[in-house]
Amino acid sequence: MTRWLLWTLAGIILGGIVHLGTILALPRTASQDAYSRLEPITPVNTMTPIPRPTAAKALIPYMDPAFAVAVCRYDLGNGPMKLTAPVSQAYTSVTFYTRRGVAYYGINDRAAGRRTIELLLMTVPQHDAMPEDAEVTAADRLIIESPSPTGLIVLRALSPEPGLMPMAQASVAAARCAAQTQ
Amino acid sequence: MRLLIGALYTFLLAAVIGLGSTWVALTRNTGFGTLQIGAWTARPKTGTADIDPYARAAIARTGALPVAIGDGVAFVARTDDNGRPLDGRCDAVISGTTPAARFFTLTLYDPDGRLVANSLDRQGFTSEELVRHQDGNFEITVAPRARPGNWLPTGGVERYILVMRFYDTSVGVATRAEREAPMPSVKTGGCR
Repeated sequence: MTRWLLWTLAGIILGGIVHLGTILALPRTASQDAYSRLEPITPVNTMTPIPRPTAAKALIPYMDPAFAVAVCRYDLGNGPMKLTAPVSQAYTSVTFYTRRGVAYYGINDRAAGRRTIELLLMTVPQHDAMPEDAEVTAADRLIIESPSPTGLIVLRALSPEPGLMPMAQASVAAARCAAQTQ
Repeated sequence: MRLLIGALYTFLLAAVIGLGSTWVALTRNTGFGTLQIGAWTARPKTGTADIDPYARAAIARTGALPVAIGDGVAFVARTDDNGRPLDGRCDAVISGTTPAARFFTLTLYDPDGRLVANSLDRQGFTSEELVRHQDGNFEITVAPRARPGNWLPTGGVERYILVMRFYDTSVGVATRAEREAPMPSVKTGGCR
């Protein structure tokens, strides 16, 4: 009897380890995360408008249908990236996600402050390698440090009413993300 | 022999407990740092780099891109104020006021995060579209059949969820109480 109790206790403890292990390993093994879903339709380091979600077809679940969305799937392997996005009439935001879908930074038009949002994205080693004076020159642009060399930049522009959707779509279509040339 | 049976039993038990609890944790939307206001729950930390491992796994599984904290915050309602699951064949009324935000949107999804088809092709409202009372409060009727005023069609689906997203808002990781984030009530009425 005691023997079976011990076996059960061992099973429960091992079960706890399995639970924690699967939770921690899942982001690494998921094949249907946002990055993988976007990979086929977004060329790397290019801002690509994403089709609006509809009842029949939505590339990413839980997207807000009131927004026009463009995605830049970035790879910082060849150096920092520059993002330029015009601010739409209503509300514009830029969110940075890691390869695993963690939103590590988000900024909206009011915080970015101008008629266009200009951001520099680089990895931590690239930021460290930046000369001091270059940092001063770039001071009027926001510098974002990416925790992973690849990830997603998602640009969202609100269409306050359905009729204004073309305006929001034109706004995100005008955004650019490109490898920065020195 | 007894050792083998015992070990097999242990491993089987471990697999059932371990994988079962993972499945429950990822599909029931439980988690740390959940802000619960009436029928609405939000997990502001999901929009930061400090996201907890459960939310991280849930995002990887569904493929969603959560709203970042510098952008806004998302509140989800799966039930009405009394804990009854939201049923698309019934009428529900969302009324009251909202936390301060530059814009908000209300969107109706099926439980898997897909939009629901309806004849109007309307899946939600933005704060700009709502018709409000004189005091600024609003009332939205979520119902299978057409209603005057702010009508959000359910398409007659069995289960749906409501997501309210507040953009450019002070609601965030530090928000604790309803006083800081007054959310509208969700009341279910008659069913078809």
